[in-house]
Amino acid sequence: MIEWFMWVQVGVAVAAGLLCLALGFAGRVPNDLALGALALVELLLLAQLIVAIAAPASGNHATGSVLEFYTYLVGALLLPPAAAFWALIERNRWSTVVLGVAALAVAVMVYRMFQIWTVQQA
Amino acid sequence: MTDVRNARPDSDRGRRMSGIGRVLVTVYGVLALAAVGRSLVQIVERFHEAPLAFSLSALAAAVYVVATVALIRSGRGWYGVAWATIVFEFTGVIVVGTLSFVFPELFPEATVWSWFGFGYLFIPLVLPLLGMWWLALHRPARGEADAA
Repeated sequence: MIEWFMWVQVGVAVAAGLLCLALGFAGRVPNDLALGALALVELLLLAQLIVAIAAPASGNHATGSVLEFYTYLVGALLLPPAAAFWALIERNRWSTVVLGVAALAVAVMVYRMFQIWTVQQA
Repeated sequence: MTDVRNARPDSDRGRRMSGIGRVLVTVYGVLALAAVGRSLVQIVERFHEAPLAFSLSALAAAVYVVATVALIRSGRGWYGVAWATIVFEFTGVIVVGTLSFVFPELFPEATVWSWFGFGYLFIPLVLPLLGMWWLALHRPARGEADAA
Protein backbone atom coordinates (compact mmCIF):
# COMPACT_ATOMS: atom_id res chain seq x y z
CA MET A 1 0.00 0.00 0.00
CA ILE A 2 1.29 3.46 -0.87
CA GLU A 3 0.88 5.91 1.96
CA TRP A 4 0.22 9.11 0.01
CA PHE A 5 -2.26 7.32 -2.22
CA MET A 6 -4.06 6.03 0.87
CA TRP A 7 -4.33 9.59 2.21
CA VAL A 8 -5.65 10.89 -1.14
CA GLN A 9 -8.19 8.10 -1.09
CA VAL A 10 -9.30 8.77 2.50
CA GLY A 11 -9.49 12.51 1.70
CA VAL A 12 -11.63 11.95 -1.39
CA ALA A 13 -13.92 9.53 0.44
CA VAL A 14 -14.38 11.90 3.38
CA ALA A 15 -15.02 14.84 1.03
CA ALA A 16 -17.50 12.79 -1.01
CA GLY A 17 -19.20 11.64 2.19
CA LEU A 18 -19.54 15.12 3.64
CA LEU A 19 -20.69 16.49 0.27
CA CYS A 20 -23.43 13.86 0.00
CA LEU A 21 -24.51 14.38 3.61
CA ALA A 22 -24.68 18.14 3.04
CA LEU A 23 -26.63 17.74 -0.22
CA GLY A 24 -28.94 15.24 1.44
CA PHE A 25 -29.65 17.36 4.48
CA ALA A 26 -30.24 20.29 2.12
CA GLY A 27 -33.03 18.23 0.60
CA ARG A 28 -31.43 17.31 -2.72
CA VAL A 29 -32.21 14.03 -4.44
CA PRO A 30 -29.12 12.15 -5.68
CA ASN A 31 -27.74 14.15 -8.60
CA ASP A 32 -24.77 13.71 -10.93
CA LEU A 33 -22.51 15.44 -8.43
CA ALA A 34 -23.35 13.06 -5.58
CA LEU A 35 -23.24 9.95 -7.75
CA GLY A 36 -20.09 11.18 -9.50
CA ALA A 37 -18.37 11.65 -6.15
CA LEU A 38 -19.30 8.10 -5.19
CA ALA A 39 -18.10 6.82 -8.57
CA LEU A 40 -14.75 8.52 -7.94
CA VAL A 41 -14.51 6.78 -4.56
CA GLU A 42 -15.17 3.45 -6.28
CA LEU A 43 -12.61 4.19 -9.00
CA LEU A 44 -9.92 4.91 -6.40
CA LEU A 45 -10.79 1.63 -4.65
CA LEU A 46 -10.25 -0.23 -7.91
CA ALA A 47 -6.90 1.55 -8.27
CA GLN A 48 -6.08 0.52 -4.70
CA LEU A 49 -6.87 -3.09 -5.59
CA ILE A 50 -4.39 -2.93 -8.47
CA VAL A 51 -1.78 -1.27 -6.23
CA ALA A 52 -2.29 -3.93 -3.55
CA ILE A 53 -1.83 -6.73 -6.06
CA ALA A 54 1.21 -5.10 -7.67
CA ALA A 55 2.98 -3.71 -4.60
CA PRO A 56 4.43 -6.97 -3.21
CA ALA A 57 6.31 -7.46 -6.50
CA SER A 58 8.28 -4.29 -5.76
CA GLY A 59 9.05 -5.25 -2.18
CA ASN A 60 6.12 -3.44 -0.58
CA HIS A 61 4.61 -6.26 1.45
CA ALA A 62 1.72 -6.23 3.86
CA THR A 63 3.00 -6.70 7.40
CA GLY A 64 -0.38 -7.76 8.72
CA SER A 65 -2.98 -10.29 7.70
CA VAL A 66 -3.38 -10.36 3.93
CA LEU A 67 -6.75 -12.07 4.31
CA GLU A 68 -8.00 -9.31 6.60
CA PHE A 69 -6.70 -6.66 4.20
CA TYR A 70 -8.56 -8.13 1.25
CA THR A 71 -11.70 -8.69 3.31
CA TYR A 72 -11.78 -4.95 3.94
CA LEU A 73 -10.91 -4.11 0.35
CA VAL A 74 -13.58 -6.35 -1.16
CA GLY A 75 -16.11 -5.09 1.39
CA ALA A 76 -15.23 -1.49 0.55
CA LEU A 77 -15.51 -2.20 -3.18
CA LEU A 78 -19.03 -3.55 -2.68
CA LEU A 79 -20.24 -0.55 -0.68
CA PRO A 80 -20.58 2.25 -3.27
CA PRO A 81 -22.49 0.16 -5.86
CA ALA A 82 -24.73 -1.31 -3.13
CA ALA A 83 -25.39 2.15 -1.68
CA ALA A 84 -26.14 3.62 -5.11
CA PHE A 85 -28.56 0.77 -5.86
CA TRP A 86 -30.23 1.13 -2.47
CA ALA A 87 -30.40 4.91 -2.84
CA LEU A 88 -31.93 4.89 -6.31
CA ILE A 89 -34.79 2.52 -5.44
CA GLU A 90 -36.37 5.51 -3.78
CA ARG A 91 -35.00 8.86 -4.81
CA ASN A 92 -35.33 11.45 -2.09
CA ARG A 93 -33.09 13.44 0.21
CA TRP A 94 -32.38 10.37 2.33
CA SER A 95 -31.02 8.55 -0.71
CA THR A 96 -28.32 11.19 -0.87
CA VAL A 97 -27.58 10.73 2.84
CA VAL A 98 -27.23 6.98 2.19
CA LEU A 99 -24.54 7.71 -0.40
CA GLY A 100 -22.73 9.89 2.14
CA VAL A 101 -22.81 7.20 4.82
CA ALA A 102 -21.34 4.70 2.38
CA ALA A 103 -18.51 7.05 1.35
CA LEU A 104 -17.60 7.75 5.00
CA ALA A 105 -17.62 4.02 5.75
CA VAL A 106 -15.21 3.51 2.84
CA ALA A 107 -12.91 6.18 4.31
CA VAL A 108 -12.77 4.33 7.63
CA MET A 109 -12.18 1.01 5.90
CA VAL A 110 -9.34 2.36 3.76
CA TYR A 111 -7.61 3.77 6.83
CA ARG A 112 -8.06 0.43 8.57
CA MET A 113 -6.55 -1.31 5.54
CA PHE A 114 -3.51 0.94 5.83
CA GLN A 115 -3.13 -0.02 9.49
CA ILE A 116 -3.29 -3.70 8.60
CA TRP A 117 -0.69 -3.20 5.87
CA THR A 118 1.80 -1.21 7.93
CA VAL A 119 1.19 -1.31 11.67
CA GLN A 120 1.25 -4.42 13.77
CA GLN A 121 -0.89 -4.49 16.83
CA ALA A 122 -0.62 -6.99 19.66
CA MET B 1 -34.10 -7.22 -4.13
CA THR B 2 -36.54 -6.02 -6.68
CA ASP B 3 -38.31 -2.78 -7.12
CA VAL B 4 -41.75 -4.28 -6.75
CA ARG B 5 -42.19 -3.26 -3.14
CA ASN B 6 -42.23 0.41 -3.90
CA ALA B 7 -45.09 -0.10 -6.27
CA ARG B 8 -47.20 -0.38 -3.10
CA PRO B 9 -46.47 2.85 -1.27
CA ASP B 10 -49.38 2.33 1.10
CA SER B 11 -48.09 -1.01 2.30
CA ASP B 12 -46.24 -1.54 5.51
CA ARG B 13 -42.95 -1.84 3.69
CA GLY B 14 -43.57 1.40 1.92
CA ARG B 15 -43.92 3.14 5.26
CA ARG B 16 -41.31 1.33 7.26
CA MET B 17 -38.70 1.24 4.56
CA SER B 18 -38.91 4.76 3.35
CA GLY B 19 -37.09 7.99 3.91
CA ILE B 20 -34.73 8.05 6.85
CA GLY B 21 -35.44 4.36 7.45
CA ARG B 22 -33.28 3.65 4.42
CA VAL B 23 -30.39 5.42 6.13
CA LEU B 24 -30.89 3.25 9.21
CA VAL B 25 -30.80 0.12 7.07
CA THR B 26 -27.66 1.38 5.32
CA VAL B 27 -25.86 1.73 8.64
CA TYR B 28 -27.13 -1.70 9.68
CA GLY B 29 -25.89 -3.15 6.41
CA VAL B 30 -22.45 -1.60 6.83
CA LEU B 31 -22.21 -2.93 10.39
CA ALA B 32 -23.34 -6.37 9.22
CA LEU B 33 -20.68 -6.29 6.51
CA ALA B 34 -18.00 -5.23 8.99
CA ALA B 35 -19.04 -7.89 11.52
CA VAL B 36 -19.17 -10.67 8.93
CA GLY B 37 -15.78 -9.69 7.49
CA ARG B 38 -14.09 -9.47 10.84
CA SER B 39 -15.63 -12.70 12.05
CA LEU B 40 -14.57 -14.52 8.89
CA VAL B 41 -10.97 -13.41 9.32
CA GLN B 42 -10.90 -14.27 13.03
CA ILE B 43 -12.30 -17.75 12.50
CA VAL B 44 -10.17 -18.61 9.48
CA GLU B 45 -6.92 -17.38 10.97
CA ARG B 46 -7.03 -17.68 14.75
CA PHE B 47 -10.12 -19.45 16.00
CA HIS B 48 -8.16 -21.49 18.58
CA GLU B 49 -6.84 -18.35 20.29
CA ALA B 50 -10.19 -17.15 21.63
CA PRO B 51 -13.01 -19.56 20.79
CA LEU B 52 -15.56 -17.78 22.99
CA ALA B 53 -14.92 -14.30 21.65
CA PHE B 54 -14.75 -15.47 18.04
CA SER B 55 -17.89 -17.61 18.28
CA LEU B 56 -19.65 -14.60 19.70
CA SER B 57 -18.36 -12.49 16.82
CA ALA B 58 -19.82 -14.96 14.35
CA LEU B 59 -23.16 -15.05 16.16
CA ALA B 60 -23.28 -11.26 16.33
CA ALA B 61 -22.47 -11.02 12.63
CA ALA B 62 -25.26 -13.45 11.73
CA VAL B 63 -27.74 -11.52 13.86
CA TYR B 64 -26.78 -8.21 12.23
CA VAL B 65 -27.41 -9.74 8.82
CA VAL B 66 -30.83 -11.07 9.90
CA ALA B 67 -31.71 -7.71 11.48
CA THR B 68 -30.82 -5.89 8.27
CA VAL B 69 -33.00 -8.22 6.21
CA ALA B 70 -35.86 -8.07 8.73
CA LEU B 71 -35.85 -4.27 8.65
CA ILE B 72 -36.18 -4.32 4.86
CA ARG B 73 -38.92 -6.95 4.64
CA SER B 74 -42.54 -6.16 5.36
CA GLY B 75 -45.19 -8.01 7.33
CA ARG B 76 -45.83 -8.81 10.95
CA GLY B 77 -43.54 -11.82 10.89
CA TRP B 78 -40.50 -9.85 9.83
CA TYR B 79 -41.51 -7.06 12.18
CA GLY B 80 -41.23 -9.56 15.04
CA VAL B 81 -37.91 -10.84 13.74
CA ALA B 82 -36.61 -7.29 13.56
CA TRP B 83 -37.59 -6.69 17.20
CA ALA B 84 -36.07 -9.97 18.34
CA THR B 85 -32.73 -9.43 16.60
CA ILE B 86 -32.43 -5.82 17.66
CA VAL B 87 -33.24 -6.63 21.30
CA PHE B 88 -30.69 -9.46 21.08
CA GLU B 89 -28.07 -7.02 19.80
CA PHE B 90 -28.81 -4.52 22.51
CA THR B 91 -28.62 -7.23 25.18
CA GLY B 92 -25.38 -8.46 23.63
CA VAL B 93 -23.69 -5.09 23.63
CA ILE B 94 -24.76 -4.41 27.23
CA VAL B 95 -23.81 -7.86 28.59
CA VAL B 96 -20.57 -8.31 26.65
CA GLY B 97 -19.68 -4.66 27.09
CA THR B 98 -20.04 -5.00 30.86
CA LEU B 99 -18.24 -8.35 31.00
CA SER B 100 -15.33 -6.99 28.99
CA PHE B 101 -14.79 -4.43 31.72
CA VAL B 102 -15.44 -6.69 34.72
CA PHE B 103 -13.80 -9.90 33.43
CA PRO B 104 -11.43 -8.80 30.67
CA GLU B 105 -9.77 -12.24 30.70
CA LEU B 106 -12.96 -13.72 29.19
CA PHE B 107 -12.42 -11.70 26.05
CA PRO B 108 -8.71 -11.58 25.25
CA GLU B 109 -9.66 -10.64 21.70
CA ALA B 110 -12.02 -7.87 20.76
CA THR B 111 -15.55 -8.64 19.65
CA VAL B 112 -17.86 -6.19 17.99
CA TRP B 113 -19.48 -5.70 21.41
CA SER B 114 -16.38 -5.37 23.61
CA TRP B 115 -16.19 -2.14 25.57
CA PHE B 116 -19.72 -1.30 24.39
CA GLY B 117 -18.67 -1.25 20.76
CA PHE B 118 -15.77 1.16 21.23
CA GLY B 119 -13.92 -0.33 18.24
CA TYR B 120 -16.88 0.54 16.05
CA LEU B 121 -17.36 4.12 17.25
CA PHE B 122 -20.09 2.92 19.66
CA ILE B 123 -22.34 2.30 16.68
CA PRO B 124 -23.30 -1.15 18.07
CA LEU B 125 -24.56 0.58 21.22
CA VAL B 126 -26.48 3.39 19.53
CA LEU B 127 -27.90 1.55 16.54
CA PRO B 128 -30.20 -0.87 18.40
CA LEU B 129 -31.74 2.10 20.23
CA LEU B 130 -32.41 3.88 16.94
CA GLY B 131 -33.71 0.60 15.51
CA MET B 132 -36.16 0.06 18.37
CA TRP B 133 -37.30 3.66 18.13
CA TRP B 134 -37.87 3.25 14.40
CA LEU B 135 -39.78 -0.02 14.82
CA ALA B 136 -41.98 1.45 17.54
CA LEU B 137 -42.92 4.29 15.20
CA HIS B 138 -43.67 1.97 12.29
CA ARG B 139 -45.90 -0.84 13.45
CA PRO B 140 -47.31 -2.99 10.66
CA ALA B 141 -50.92 -2.22 9.81
CA ARG B 142 -53.55 -4.36 11.51
CA GLY B 143 -54.57 -7.40 9.55
CA GLU B 144 -51.59 -7.21 7.26
CA ALA B 145 -50.64 -10.65 6.04
CA ASP B 146 -47.32 -12.15 6.93
CA ALA B 147 -44.87 -11.77 4.12
CA ALA B 148 -43.16 -15.03 3.40
